[in-house]
Amino acid sequence: MSHPTPAPAPALHAEGIVKRFGRTLALDGVGLTVAPGESHALVGRNGAGKSTLVSIVTGLSRPDAGSVAFAGRPAPAPGDRAGWQSTVACVHQKSMTVPELTVAENLFLNRFGPGRLIGWRRLRQRAGELLAGYGVDVDPRTRAQDLTVEQRQFVEIARALSFGARLIVLDEPTARLDARGIQRLFTRLRELQRQGVAFVYISHHLQEVYELCTAVTVYRDARQVLTATVAALPENELVAAMTGDTGGAARRRPATSGPASASASAEPVLRTERLALRGAFAPLDLAVRPGEVLGLAGAAASGSTAIGETLAGMRRASTGRITVGGTEVRPGSVPDALKAGIGYIPEDRHRQGLIPGRSVAENATLTVADRLGPLGTVRPARTREFARALISSLDIRTSGPGQPVSDLSGGNQQKVVVARALARGPRALIAIRPTAGVDVRSKDALLAVVRRVADEGGAVVIVSDELDDLRVCDRVLALFHGRVVADFAHGWSDRDLVAAMEGVGERP
Amino acid sequence: MTGNGTEPGAGTGTGNRPTWKRRGSRGIRRLTAARPARGRQDGPPAPIRWSDFSLVPVILVLMAIGYAVSPVFLTSGNLISVVQQSSELSLLVLGQALILICGRMDLSPESTIGIAPVIAMWLVLPADGGRFAGLELLPAGAAIPLCLLTGAVIGVINGFLILRLRVNGFIATLGMLTMLRGLHVGITEGRSLTDVPESFRYLGKTDWLGVPAAVWICLTLFAAGGAALAYLRPGRALYAIGGNPEAARAAGIRTDRITWTVLALGGLLAAFAGILYTGHYGSVAATQGNGWIFQVFAAAVIGGISLKGGRGTLFGALTGVLTLQLVVNVMTLGGVPALWNQFLNGAIIIVALVISRFAGGERQE
Repeated sequence: MSHPTPAPAPALHAEGIVKRFGRTLALDGVGLTVAPGESHALVGRNGAGKSTLVSIVTGLSRPDAGSVAFAGRPAPAPGDRAGWQSTVACVHQKSMTVPELTVAENLFLNRFGPGRLIGWRRLRQRAGELLAGYGVDVDPRTRAQDLTVEQRQFVEIARALSFGARLIVLDEPTARLDARGIQRLFTRLRELQRQGVAFVYISHHLQEVYELCTAVTVYRDARQVLTATVAALPENELVAAMTGDTGGAARRRPATSGPASASASAEPVLRTERLALRGAFAPLDLAVRPGEVLGLAGAAASGSTAIGETLAGMRRASTGRITVGGTEVRPGSVPDALKAGIGYIPEDRHRQGLIPGRSVAENATLTVADRLGPLGTVRPARTREFARALISSLDIRTSGPGQPVSDLSGGNQQKVVVARALARGPRALIAIRPTAGVDVRSKDALLAVVRRVADEGGAVVIVSDELDDLRVCDRVLALFHGRVVADFAHGWSDRDLVAAMEGVGERP
Repeated sequence: MTGNGTEPGAGTGTGNRPTWKRRGSRGIRRLTAARPARGRQDGPPAPIRWSDFSLVPVILVLMAIGYAVSPVFLTSGNLISVVQQSSELSLLVLGQALILICGRMDLSPESTIGIAPVIAMWLVLPADGGRFAGLELLPAGAAIPLCLLTGAVIGVINGFLILRLRVNGFIATLGMLTMLRGLHVGITEGRSLTDVPESFRYLGKTDWLGVPAAVWICLTLFAAGGAALAYLRPGRALYAIGGNPEAARAAGIRTDRITWTVLALGGLLAAFAGILYTGHYGSVAATQGNGWIFQVFAAAVIGGISLKGGRGTLFGALTGVLTLQLVVNVMTLGGVPALWNQFLNGAIIIVALVISRFAGGERQE
């Protein structure tokens, strides 16, 4: 990998990159070489240095040492935005489009064409041609905010390509896509690869790496530890390279106590009777026994998230009722759900989980404010003490309870959200995509914590379309278009479950 | 990176994280500029931000300038008059600060400060005799409770518009501002009311221990408010609601109820400011409070309160009020012609904003 073959120069060749921030070494002599038309995975745990490298190869920051070359030519000068734009682009998880403007305007923002007046017809026509050229089926008159996540990603990719860039960094592109969207994305990416576009693919999902990429580079603790072709690298070795462990694939399966722990005779802790939310899910009867983890599997639009939010009191069901330990829970009220003993891990920690500017202690104790002092007071000492207990029981990496939560890494932020859900000692825990956007090791830790709630006699509902999340469940219900379409006992096969979630064999 | 837009790639492996973020590259600094990133070992849950004190040196400099400009400045008479004049504005700022911290905005207090005393007086003044004919529905002793109730009701109506009907709070309270001003002019027929109830006069004029009662009351209310924000559940909840309302709701905080209460409290404080102001000057002009809202927002933002919610302290807000009042006082003592006051006032607010922006090191949002 270090010597480009004489034929085509690599799309990206970075070598010996060093970057320090103050005393922290963020990159320690790392490299990355991507061949034209290749999808090259860049993986590593949170904080391994991937983002820093991306900011260097996209021209946002300058390395302290090392060289970057694109297609055999040295990188543009640091301030040369046009030069960078025509070389490389990064599609972030967060949208970089202007939501109120049309697709056509977003594509040609600030380069509407010759002359002072904007020729709208011509602009739309150019946009249409550009999109069609890459096989993207989007009306240029659509406003960017009305696009789906994958359409938006494609508009951003098309924009980058229209500048002449032939190298695109994709930062967690599948994080907010359902399985079908991922397949469509991959199909298009392969198409573009055939046209000679190279991708740097950053993802936590190793099966995607195996599906899409030809080569993989692993960073760990600011160093490059491995570059290999994907086909020659077993998954357990890849995981070992990322974590520095030699435990191998066995580690990836969270230690479960198995499905036997749910005693079939015990009274259900959490029960729903004909629970329904118009437009989201059809009447549903659930019974989750103590010690049981129930999985609700389904894509984003399947209604599974709505069920979770209804159970947690975020939404009010149109009919039916929820009981915890035989007592009915007042519908549509989070405080009442909390009081009844329902803990809630919301879907998106940025949107519903964290108060960004506030401390770890404050975020972790939001649900237990009534236990932090008498008569509606909150005692800082007891808050810290409570937070410290949560920090140590969940192994949250933080400099202390007073650290702002936004300074933590993604996995640790998610642990704060989980800590909050567990702070009241819930009898029933509702977890919606509890491991979204966290690295492999945090994922295992989080799932083990969720499992522990059940082992201690609680009832757990995991709403997810991640197979790793669902694997800790004793029972999985697959949802499609708001209805339960299949019921799987422990030991289901990936293919059967995915097929059920995708509605295979179902009328749409 | 990974579902985590604010984390630009530090090592999770190290125990104490991100001292380097401040010195990071341009892109990184942009991402983290909105918060101080010192690695604290074990601070209180609400870490002390030096930006809350950024106006203290400004106040000291202003006092030095004042002393240089006129020997009168440092006399107790002058300083007391500065704090006395700050007291009404500071109550509006107190209410507005609470509303801003929980992520809302209320423009109506500048009219509430006038209309609340007017309605109270209208209900208690005798129907004949005197320059202004009241309704004489209630005894004069009810004036203060009536005035406070009026303010709270205005806040509750604002809350209804914003939280139940979900209309835009800025425009709704702007409409309320205009409407209440019109109501004030309509009821008083554009004249000043001078038959001020004795209870108003007492609060506005009395001195306790040589300092006006209004000043003591304001200080007490600020201290109580500060303690509530730090040590009471609803107080902590304000920061959560302002910082991320969805997350606050998911954590079981009754966001609407608390926001509604805060809006009512804002109206109540504005009405109380109206009592103090009316009592102090012995009359209610048809323009009482006119144009104040600009000063209220300026003081709050200079004092480090974010217009986007979730950030700021009452101490900061109070220093904002004092800064603005000291500037006016120093200008007056310096013999600046009154015709230039408005120009200088605006200019000073802009300068103060810029100073506090850089002294605090944080963007003002």
